[in-house]
Amino acid sequence: MSALPVQKSPPSAFAATLSHARYVIAGDPVTAFAFGLLALLIFAALFGPALVPYDPLASDTSATLQAPSLRHWFGTDQLGRDIFSRVVVATRLDLIISVSSVALVFAFGGLAGIAAGFFGGWIDRVVGRIADTIMAFPLFVLAMGIVAALGNTVTNIVIATAIINFPLYARVARAEASVRREAGFVMAARLSGNSDLRIALTSILPNILPIMMVQMSLTMGYAILNAAGLSFIGLGVRPPSPEWGIMVAEGAASIISGEWWIALFPGLALMLAVFCFNLIGDGLRDIVDPQRRT
Amino acid sequence: MTAIPLLDVSGLTVEFATRRGVVEAVRDIDLQVAKGETLGVVGESGSGKSVTSYAVMRILDRAGRIANGSVVFSGVALHDATERQMCDVRGREISMIFQNPRAALNPIRRVGQQIEDVLRQHAQAGSLDIREKAIDALRQVRIANPEERYDAYPFELSGGMCQRVVIALALACRPKLLIADEPTTGLDATTQKAVMELIVELTRERGMSTILITHDLGLAAAYCDRVVVMEKGRVVETAASRDIFDHPAHAYTRKLMRATPRPGIGLRDLLPEGSDAQPIQHSEPGAPLLTVKGLVKEYARKPASLFARFSKTAREAAAVPFRAVDGLSFEIRRGESLGLVGESGCGKSTTSMMLMRLLDPTAGSIIFDGQDIGAIPSGAFAQYPLRPRIQMVFQDPTDSLNPRYTAARAIADPLLRFGGPMTAAALRTRCEDLAATVGLPLDLLDRFPHQLSGGQKARVGIARAIALKPDLVVLDEPTAALDVSVQALVLNLLADLKAQLGMSYLFVSHDLHVVRLICDRVIVMKSGRIVEQGTASDVLDHPQADYTRELIAALPKAPARN
Repeated sequence: MSALPVQKSPPSAFAATLSHARYVIAGDPVTAFAFGLLALLIFAALFGPALVPYDPLASDTSATLQAPSLRHWFGTDQLGRDIFSRVVVATRLDLIISVSSVALVFAFGGLAGIAAGFFGGWIDRVVGRIADTIMAFPLFVLAMGIVAALGNTVTNIVIATAIINFPLYARVARAEASVRREAGFVMAARLSGNSDLRIALTSILPNILPIMMVQMSLTMGYAILNAAGLSFIGLGVRPPSPEWGIMVAEGAASIISGEWWIALFPGLALMLAVFCFNLIGDGLRDIVDPQRRT
Repeated sequence: MTAIPLLDVSGLTVEFATRRGVVEAVRDIDLQVAKGETLGVVGESGSGKSVTSYAVMRILDRAGRIANGSVVFSGVALHDATERQMCDVRGREISMIFQNPRAALNPIRRVGQQIEDVLRQHAQAGSLDIREKAIDALRQVRIANPEERYDAYPFELSGGMCQRVVIALALACRPKLLIADEPTTGLDATTQKAVMELIVELTRERGMSTILITHDLGLAAAYCDRVVVMEKGRVVETAASRDIFDHPAHAYTRKLMRATPRPGIGLRDLLPEGSDAQPIQHSEPGAPLLTVKGLVKEYARKPASLFARFSKTAREAAAVPFRAVDGLSFEIRRGESLGLVGESGCGKSTTSMMLMRLLDPTAGSIIFDGQDIGAIPSGAFAQYPLRPRIQMVFQDPTDSLNPRYTAARAIADPLLRFGGPMTAAALRTRCEDLAATVGLPLDLLDRFPHQLSGGQKARVGIARAIALKPDLVVLDEPTAALDVSVQALVLNLLADLKAQLGMSYLFVSHDLHVVRLICDRVIVMKSGRIVEQGTASDVLDHPQADYTRELIAALPKAPARN
């Protein structure tokens, strides 16, 4: 693989991808909106903690439960903490949990699915039964059980979220790989002397990447919801660290007494993030798929 | 021609909005179809023949629109009819048959029900007699036992049967015009003959008009009254089919006719006039390179249904395996090209897969250069030292190239595995040499398969196959997916490469004209067995077996050349 003859291609592969990405994003307003939202989320995750007006952990007993105002854009909570600062700072933690869990399941689920679809036989049966077993549980309850058993840490939330998404990835990858197992280019790769493992990694994997990308963006939203859900019921991220799920939980009790802003703004942030990831799938596929690059 | 044509297309221009601006697919098309007439529309891929028919049916995809011109069908202006009016016209007035009959049928509905759907849609039958009418429609397309076939699913029928069902669907509502878009591409010669004769017969019986869209001049010649030749979105010639073959007026028509393989010519005669190619060097076949003895491939039968598993006779029938290849013995000499001919399902692809060591034989030996390679499991053969010496060119150039590899990467693949250590620059130079050998422009090396034309992709596939200087190349219908003019170039290239590199070919094909041009010897296969073998001219000019005679008789009569 090190001797890829690419040195003569006039524009570099990266530049070509970039210009193609620009074309895809410009071509569809929904995709453009979703990518704009994603940029905003990433910006908040990277620079949010440095830019917010208040310390997200500092309580101010003189300003508890204030409604949104110019001083506190999203209001303050029971301890007088600034909700706007907390919502922005929470972006980093929520994105870290969802991105790393999706990356984890993408690697393990995707590879297991490709192995199952491409090699078949006992690998297929083992992977299939593991996926079936996981699917047999109510997924959120399974995630609760895993976190409760392993302990209440961010790492364990990531692992639990990855495990419950495993069947989705393994099954999609298996189906796509088994369709391509008999394709002409796979036979041609065999004739060229490629081993089965190399064929799976260099011929099958790149070709199912576009479909996996769509899957990835869908589960990303699901992963955020799952992490927030775990925190909401008290498993997972612990207070006082700012996290959307906890913040909604903290504000839920106060909605009846009229302090709607405590739960509303983190909930809105959660909704926008999930919305963004769900919209981004099609655009992402078009960028990754060379067939669209005419 | 009658005074008022049934279909009158004049000045038709169709545009497509693409990323690079608006593209004209067809321009200024004029064609008329009289009542009861069969019109052939002939052209190579990209000539706009399908787009024209889609415009007539108003089923262009969203990016396409009729920019100019008119389409008048028995007094109705179709070019500005509403979608609602078109729904009444489609199926009832004008019907269409598509290229791939299997794709045109709904795979999970019984064929009888699909015919009923059409009848119901156009209110051609009430609920009482609808089944009768559907069965009657099947009977009219000469399907044996229509009562039983009514309950069949498309996958249970052969390709030719499926095309008959599609024709039954198209004709169920007695349309006045039938548009057949490559109705027999992908079907065997004998099936092609049966389907074409059926279409012509039904057309005559019902006084229908037919537009036959095809890339095959021979087919159009045999079955059409008039022929329209299209090139690059324009009509270049319109004439009665008899005249067009005696006196082709346009240079493009002459080029097409030259490129169509037919008896009594050499490979070089396919090339356009004035090409200065040297005569093909002919080498005498040497010692045997590959000897196949008693080759057998068996597949286990699956019980037809759950209930059949409980019946003793069905279980016993399932216990007898299906023999796809049944005791094949032959040899290929060095520098020889051997043709393997037969209809689909005769086992020729299974045979070539076993020779390529992609599939393990059930019994028999494959002796390559003194070594029994049939004994090496196919899984292990990929890294076996003999692997580089046996290579293959696949039937579908698109399917056989990894969509994510550039042409250079695809050609380099075997070199990376077997070429030994090589610097990136040396590899690139080797790829460029190979590209030059197969006549692929060097600036195309960095393109992806979908950015290449069919002929260019075929060249990439050939360059990849010869990269390791193999002794034996299996060519599995290498030109079946190509236009005739491209086919002419590729066939000549293959013949030149063989002489140049001293390779042997096993040429698997169902096209007897092509086999005659390129092969020294021919094997005719049927149901996994050899029915006849001998030199190409002996077998094709003086066939001994009935089956071979049948195959030759099914070829559309090639246009006579002046």
